Amino acid sequence: MTDHFLKIQSVRKSFGPTTVVQDFNLDVGTGEFVSFLGPSGCGKTTVLRMVAGFEEPTSGAIVIGGKDVTRLKPNQRNIGMVFQAYALFPNLTVAQNIAFGLKVAGVPKADSDKRVAEMLNLIKLPQFGDRYPYQLSGGQQQRVALARAIAPKPKLLLLDEPLSALDAKVRVSLRDEIRAIQKELGITTVFVTHDQEEALSISDRIVVMYGGKAEQVGTPFEIYNRPATKFVANFVGTLNVLEGTVTDPSTGAVQVGANSVMLKGKLNGSKAGDTLSLALRPEAISLGRQPGRDATLGGEIAEVSFLGSVIRVRVGVGKDRVSLDTFNSPASPPPTVGDKAEISFSPEDVLVLH
Amino acid sequence: MTDITVSDPAAARSAPPSSSSAGIRFPTQWLGVAPFFIFALMFLILPTAYLILGAFQNSDGEFTLENLAALSQPTIVAAYWISIKVSLASAILGALIGLAIAIAIVRGGLPGWVRSATMTFSGVASNFAGVPLAFAFLATLGRLGLVTVLLNAIGLNIYATGFNILSFWGLTLTYLYFQIPLMVVIITPAIDGLKKEWGEAAATLGATQWQYWRMVVIPVIWPSFLGTVILLFANAFGAIATAYALTGSSLNIVPILLYAQIRGDVLHNPHLGYAIAFGMIFITGMANVFYIWFRTRSERWLK
Amino acid sequence: MKSGRFWAWVTFAVGAAYFFIPLIATFEFSMRMRRGVYSFDAYTVVFGDPRFQATFAYSVVAAVFTIILGVLIVVPAAYWIRLRLPHLRPIVEFITLLPLVIPAIVIVFGYIRMYGSNSPLPFLGSAAGTNVLLVIGYATLALPYMYRAVDTGLRTIDVRTLTEAAQILGAGWTTIVARVIMPNVLIAVLSGAFLTFAIVIGEFTMASLLNRPAFGPYLQNIGANRAYEPAALAIIAFAITWGCMSVIQVLSRFAPKSANQPN
Repeated sequence: MTDHFLKIQSVRKSFGPTTVVQDFNLDVGTGEFVSFLGPSGCGKTTVLRMVAGFEEPTSGAIVIGGKDVTRLKPNQRNIGMVFQAYALFPNLTVAQNIAFGLKVAGVPKADSDKRVAEMLNLIKLPQFGDRYPYQLSGGQQQRVALARAIAPKPKLLLLDEPLSALDAKVRVSLRDEIRAIQKELGITTVFVTHDQEEALSISDRIVVMYGGKAEQVGTPFEIYNRPATKFVANFVGTLNVLEGTVTDPSTGAVQVGANSVMLKGKLNGSKAGDTLSLALRPEAISLGRQPGRDATLGGEIAEVSFLGSVIRVRVGVGKDRVSLDTFNSPASPPPTVGDKAEISFSPEDVLVLH
Repeated sequence: MTDITVSDPAAARSAPPSSSSAGIRFPTQWLGVAPFFIFALMFLILPTAYLILGAFQNSDGEFTLENLAALSQPTIVAAYWISIKVSLASAILGALIGLAIAIAIVRGGLPGWVRSATMTFSGVASNFAGVPLAFAFLATLGRLGLVTVLLNAIGLNIYATGFNILSFWGLTLTYLYFQIPLMVVIITPAIDGLKKEWGEAAATLGATQWQYWRMVVIPVIWPSFLGTVILLFANAFGAIATAYALTGSSLNIVPILLYAQIRGDVLHNPHLGYAIAFGMIFITGMANVFYIWFRTRSERWLK
Repeated sequence: MKSGRFWAWVTFAVGAAYFFIPLIATFEFSMRMRRGVYSFDAYTVVFGDPRFQATFAYSVVAAVFTIILGVLIVVPAAYWIRLRLPHLRPIVEFITLLPLVIPAIVIVFGYIRMYGSNSPLPFLGSAAGTNVLLVIGYATLALPYMYRAVDTGLRTIDVRTLTEAAQILGAGWTTIVARVIMPNVLIAVLSGAFLTFAIVIGEFTMASLLNRPAFGPYLQNIGANRAYEPAALAIIAFAITWGCMSVIQVLSRFAPKSANQPN
């Protein structure tokens, strides 16, 4: 990814005295799918709107395809955008909506019709050209909005929470569809979402944002498994946090409740007596001893939730509670609340949050 | 109405309360709407129908088109013509100016108090019509009105330039005082209905502001706009108090002509009064028919 | 965007000038009665005029009866249509819009011809009957506003659910209407009432053609014969309209917010 199609350089945005985006830097490669993930108010939408041209950065620059567009109007940037609330024009048919960008660009009618038919096939709604938006379901409307955005062949696609207004099932199928279309067209895409599962499943890279800053930029794998900050670790995925006290920095011994675990090379210069937060993903913990997971802690089963293929068990360890998942197997009944239990994990999987 | 009651037992059966007997339930629900329908029939529909029928009858009660033919006499034609002109001018100008104000307060980025103050004032001004409105404009633009006097002081004698408050333009200017606010009150919700994202979507698709207006905004608000123009037209067309207090009977508009006819049969033909009333209903009715036709024909996208 | 805001301010300023200059001019004119100085003489004269007091009182009473009549006709109809007879809604809405299409002068003309002293229903045969007919005429004028206010009020409270809830708790129809529906639509009814008041108080056409001693014809009469009093009356009328609208605004703050309704 040497050719960076979209460059966001030291961008800052203030509304009056409040700064909503501070010193934001990001390079997005051609054809890359990047997600901005964060809670509401973290500045992710503001960054997107600055890329689109609806907001002007207070300072910094935005470069698209080698051209500084910081002061250009949205209609001069050759971008496609999809909005949370679909934003289809209610007075135009599906076909007219998709043709809108072509029409304002002065594309001849015949070419435009051809492109619209192509787009309708792409979004699998070939028979819907003559319908009006109100006659379509939410998922269909959003597919039309996507087709409308990519019909004029923009070089950059911006997706502003496009799935948030849809119900769960449609959300997943449309998510996969968006990714498939994006790969097929090779269009550089920026996707804004507050849903971590969405971001993890769809992106080449994720920018986790908090308080107007990028907390971490990385692949979904990196973000999930090696969160750089406490915020990222907590925001992405479920996390069990255990309090531990360093007993011997040289061997990596940490006291957790009544047990001791060895976290060699993970303590990052902590001194004896320091308190640490040890974080573990549910899937990194097993109930009972498992080969390769040689750190163990004793506890008591506190809660058992049957979720179908998976059973989520909460185990009380000292004053903390640890969630873990076991697969449901018809042969062995789930554990009972109140039983003594032992959990095991690999020290490798422990995230030490300082 | 009895047959409608009988023909709809399903609705009655499914409705609460299920505890009381069917015999009591039937009349109750009709009892609720009966006063409304009786009232509307006796005091709205029948009197209007009576006049319409009367327009097609001579004094012996025989069918005739003579009354309508008699509308073609010059004074009556002139009255209709000036009424239509004043109503159209005040409706269209009122609608355009009202629209501009609505857009300014909704989309203009003005502080919030501007909007609430404008809406409150519009509610008041749209109901400030009739005789007092005429007084206010006489005190403003009459020969001794403040604005006339002030303009005179700076050397501009508006009466010398041909302006007269007792004229077409004077009456139109006065009517705008309630037409503009009425437009603001009615059209502001429609402007609110224009989603900000539509404009943003259009911009990312490369549309200029003007293209966005031409292809989306105007088509979307056109039905509300036209509907309000029709309402404003009817509002001005039937208004009499303002014009009467402003001009006495010197400006010959239809309602004033009809008023004089009702009071004193100035046209010496009672059935000609019916014909004039019929003409008024016909014109406002046609305006509405046109609106309904337009809406059903061209607005398939409306739910 | 900057220029957009500039033009918005210009539009607003021009509009404000058009609407405020007549009010200022009228107020200024109303103070000119005494030569050389500003005074409230015109107001003193107006308020001291027994005909002002009599006609104003007449119109207030007429307005109150109009509101009562309007409520009695509109509330049950709007309620039953929401609850039981939704298929009648288009017809009822059409009827309530008729008074906006048929001019008041035409309606009252119809009354004069239909309900004359020789007709089967001789409203015009007596002064009391004519008063009743005037109130009826006013109720037709107010119909569109009253119906819309009440219907909006009923929509926000979800009549059906409230009624069913009351029935489950064992309430009868009178209890439901008096204790459940009325308190909830009271604000809407009051809004409609004050709007009706504002429309009726200075109404000229119907009162004049029915020869009733109402405020509207009095205003017209003063306008034809006096110089400064009309300006004072215009200010008073504007203040009354403003008062009614302010009450409606204040009332709307107490209106139940749509918490549980789908549309």
